[in-house]
Amino acid sequence: MDISYYLIQTLNGIQYGFLLFLVASGLTLIFGIMGIINLAHGSFFMIGAYLCWWLTSLFDNLFLGILAGIPLAVFLGLFIERFGIVYLYKRDHLYQVLFTFGLILIFGEMRSILWGNEVQGVMIPEMLSGAIPLTDTQSYPVYRLFISLVCTALAAALYLVIQRTRLGMTIRAGASNREMVQALGIDIAKLFAIVFAMGAALAAFAGMVAAPVQSVFPTMGDEILIVSLVVVVIGGVGSIKGAFLGAMLIGLADTFGAVFLPHGAGVVIYTVMAIVLLWRPQGLFGRT
Amino acid sequence: MSEIILKTQNLSRHFGALMAVDDVTLSFERGLVHAVLGPNGAGKTTLINLLSGEIPPSSGSIHFKDQNITGLPANQISQLGIGRSFQKTNIFPIFTCFENCRLAAQSRMKGSFRFFRSARSYKQINALAEKGLEMCGLANRRDTIAQAMSYGEQRQLEIGMMLSTEPELLLLDEPLAGMGAEESLKVIELLKRLAKDHTLILIEHDMDAVFAVADRLAVMVNGRLLETGTVGEVRASKAVQEAYLGSDEEGH
Amino acid sequence: MYAISRSSLIVLILLGLGFGIYPLVGDSYYIRLLTKIMALGIFAMSLDLLIGFTGLISLGHAAFFGVSAYTVVWFVVKMEILNAFLIFPAALAVAGLCALVIGWLSIRTAGIYFIMITLAFAQMLHAFFKDQHYWGGTDGINFNDKPMLMVGDTVLFDLSNKINLYYLTFSLMVAAFIFLAVLLRSPFGRAIQGVKVNEGRMRAMGYNINHLKLMSFVIAGCLAGAAGFIEATRTSFVNPEYLSWHASGNVMVMVILGGMGSLYGSLLGALALTLLGDNISSLWDHWLLIMGGFVIAVVMFMPDGISGSIESLSRRFRKASPPREETGP
Repeated sequence: MDISYYLIQTLNGIQYGFLLFLVASGLTLIFGIMGIINLAHGSFFMIGAYLCWWLTSLFDNLFLGILAGIPLAVFLGLFIERFGIVYLYKRDHLYQVLFTFGLILIFGEMRSILWGNEVQGVMIPEMLSGAIPLTDTQSYPVYRLFISLVCTALAAALYLVIQRTRLGMTIRAGASNREMVQALGIDIAKLFAIVFAMGAALAAFAGMVAAPVQSVFPTMGDEILIVSLVVVVIGGVGSIKGAFLGAMLIGLADTFGAVFLPHGAGVVIYTVMAIVLLWRPQGLFGRT
Repeated sequence: MSEIILKTQNLSRHFGALMAVDDVTLSFERGLVHAVLGPNGAGKTTLINLLSGEIPPSSGSIHFKDQNITGLPANQISQLGIGRSFQKTNIFPIFTCFENCRLAAQSRMKGSFRFFRSARSYKQINALAEKGLEMCGLANRRDTIAQAMSYGEQRQLEIGMMLSTEPELLLLDEPLAGMGAEESLKVIELLKRLAKDHTLILIEHDMDAVFAVADRLAVMVNGRLLETGTVGEVRASKAVQEAYLGSDEEGH
Repeated sequence: MYAISRSSLIVLILLGLGFGIYPLVGDSYYIRLLTKIMALGIFAMSLDLLIGFTGLISLGHAAFFGVSAYTVVWFVVKMEILNAFLIFPAALAVAGLCALVIGWLSIRTAGIYFIMITLAFAQMLHAFFKDQHYWGGTDGINFNDKPMLMVGDTVLFDLSNKINLYYLTFSLMVAAFIFLAVLLRSPFGRAIQGVKVNEGRMRAMGYNINHLKLMSFVIAGCLAGAAGFIEATRTSFVNPEYLSWHASGNVMVMVILGGMGSLYGSLLGALALTLLGDNISSLWDHWLLIMGGFVIAVVMFMPDGISGSIESLSRRFRKASPPREETGP
C-alpha cells in the first residue's frame, strides 16, 4: 500500500462525507429550526436513489433523470410537510419519533409496491465513466470526482444562501432562537415548508448522485439516516458548520475504518461519536 | 453574633457580552434576614441562581460556612443545607401537595436507592413533609393535586417544599410575586416565623414587605452591588434613592 | 404518580386469567405466539419504565433485548452450557452492563440528543454482531438444544417443551409486573417519576438526577434482557435484527399504543400490535403499509393509548352512573 492508495481512500472518504453532509444538513436544520426529529429523512435519500434509477431508465439519461427527479422530491417534501409534519410542531418528541417511524414503514412499502425489492444499478454516463490513472495499477473513477465537485458546488451554494440572503438570515435566526423568529412576525408556516422541502430535496439529490456508485437497495435509507444522525450529534443540532465537519469526520473515519479494521468497521463511527460526546455532550458546534 | 454563613468574593456571571452579575462581594450573617433589591434586570435572580448552584459563576467564589462551594451542582448545594424557592412556580403540578413535600423531604434520606419498601412507609420523611405543609399553611390542602390550587397556594407550596428539605439557609426568589394581599400577609408572617431559626436571603419587589422583615439590605443595579447595610442605612443612601427607590414610582 | 386504579385492576385480572388459562384450551400455534407476546410485554414494560415513568425517550432499547439473546446463543452454542440457572442471570447481567455503559454516555444529554444517541449506540451493537463472523454475521445463528432449568444433571424444567416455556414466560411477566409496581411505589420509584415531571426542581431539592436516570436505565436494560432470553429460547435463533432500530421502534409503538405510564398498557400494546401484525401479515405482502398508517393514526387520534381510553371511559362511566350511597367504613 502506497501513498496513492491512501489518496484514493481519502478522496473516497471526502466524497462519502459530502453525501452525508447533504443528508445531515437538512436533518440538522429541521431539528434546529422546526424542532422536529424526522426519522423519515433517510427515506428521502432512498426515494431519491429509486427515482434516479427509474427516471434514468425512462429517459435513458442520468442527467435528465436527476433533473426530473428534483422537482418530484421537492413536491414530496412539501406534501409530507403540509399533510403530516405540520401536525407535529406542538407535539412531544416521542410522538414525532413514532409518526416519522410510521412514515418510514409507509415509504418503504410504497417503494416495494412501485419499484420492487430488488437491488438495482444505475449506469454511469459515458462521459463520466472513465478513471484517472494515479499509478500503474491504481486509478480514480471520474464519476466519484464528479460527485465531490457537484456536492462542493451545492455546499457552497447552500452556504451563500444561508449567509447572504434574507431567507438564509431567517433560517440562521430560527436555528439559534426559534421563539425569536416567531416573535418577529415572519411567516413561520412558509419558512417551515421551505426548510423541510429543501431538506428533503437535498437528501433525495444525495440519493440520486449516489445511485450509480453504491447501487440502489431498499435499506439504503435506514443506513444513511443512522449515520446522518451520528453526524448531527457530533456537529451539534442546528449547526450547518457542525454538520459539514461532522460529515467529513465520519466520512473519513468510516472509510479508513474499513481499511484498517475490516471486521470492526461498523463500530468505528460510533466510537468517534462516543469520544466527541465525552468531550462535548452538546456536539462540536451545539449550544449548551 | 455576627458569624458569616455565606459569602461571595468578586462573584461574576456573564451571558455572552451581558454582565448579569458583576464583581459582587457580599457577606450574609447567620440568623438574619437579608433582602436583595434592585430594578428588573439588575441580576438578582442570577445571583440567587449562582448561590444555589443552578448555574456556575464565570469567576469569583462562594463560601458557605468556610466551605468553598463555587461551581458545585445544585443538588450538592441543596444537600449542604441551602434551600431555595423559585420566582416562577416550580412544583410537581400533577402530584398532591403532600407528595410534593414528601418528595422534597425524601431527598434527605441517606442512601439514594431504596427499591422495595413503599415510599409512604418512611415515618420520618412523612413527618418532615407534614411539617413543611403545616408551616406553609397548606395542611388543609394535603391531598389536593397541586395544579388544581390557586396561584397563591402554589406559591405557598413552593415554600413548603423548600422547608421540607430542612435547610438552614433559605434563598427565596420573590416569594410574594403574584399573591393577593391576604396571601401576602400570610407569607410575610411565615417569613417572620422562619427568621427565628433560619437565615433568609430574599429577593422581593414589595418594599413594605422587605422593610417589615429584612435586617440587612443589598441593592443591585446592572449586575453590580450599589449599597449594603441596615434598612435605615440603605434608605438614607443618596445613591440608592437616585438609582432605584426614586424610580420605583414609575413601576417596574 | 403510579397507582393501580380499579379499572386497571380489572384489566390485569382478565389478562392474568386469560394468559394463565389459555394453554389448557388453546392450540399450539397460539401458545407459541402468546409466549412471544408475553416476552414482548416484558420488553414493553421495561421501556415504559423509561418513557412513561422516567421521561427518558430511548430509541435503542432493543440493544439490551438483543445482547441478552446473543448471550443465550453464546452459552448454548459456543460453550455448550444449557443450564438456564446460569444462562438467565448471565443474560440479564450482560444486558444490564451494556445499559450501564450506554446509559452513562447517553444520560449526559437530553431531548433530541438522547433519542439519537440511544439509537446510535444500539446501532453500534447491531453493526458489531453483523460484522463478526463469530456471531454468525447477517444470517445469525440457529441452535437446536434449548436452555433448561437444571440442578446438577437433573432437569427440573425443560424449556424445549412449549408449555413449560409458556408458563416460565408467564411467571416472568407476572414477576416483572409486580417488581415494577413495587418499585414505582418505593422512594426510588417516586423519585424517578419526579424526574419525569420536573427534573430541574428535583435537582434543586438535592437529588442527583443522573444517578436516578442511570439506575432506571440499567433496571430497564435488565428487564429487556429477560425478554431477550425468552425470545432467543423460544425461537432457537438469533440474528442482528434482534437489536435493529426497527425492533426498538416497534416496542416503542407498543408502549404508546398500550398507553405509557400505566404498565398494564404495555402488555395490552404488545398483545394488540402483535396480533394485528400476525393477522394482516398473512393477508397481504405489503402489510407494513397498514402498520405504518396504524402507527400514525395512534399518534394522531389516540396519544394516550388503550389504557388511557380505558381510564377515561371508566371515569365517564362512573360519572354517568347515578351516585351510589357510600357503603362500608
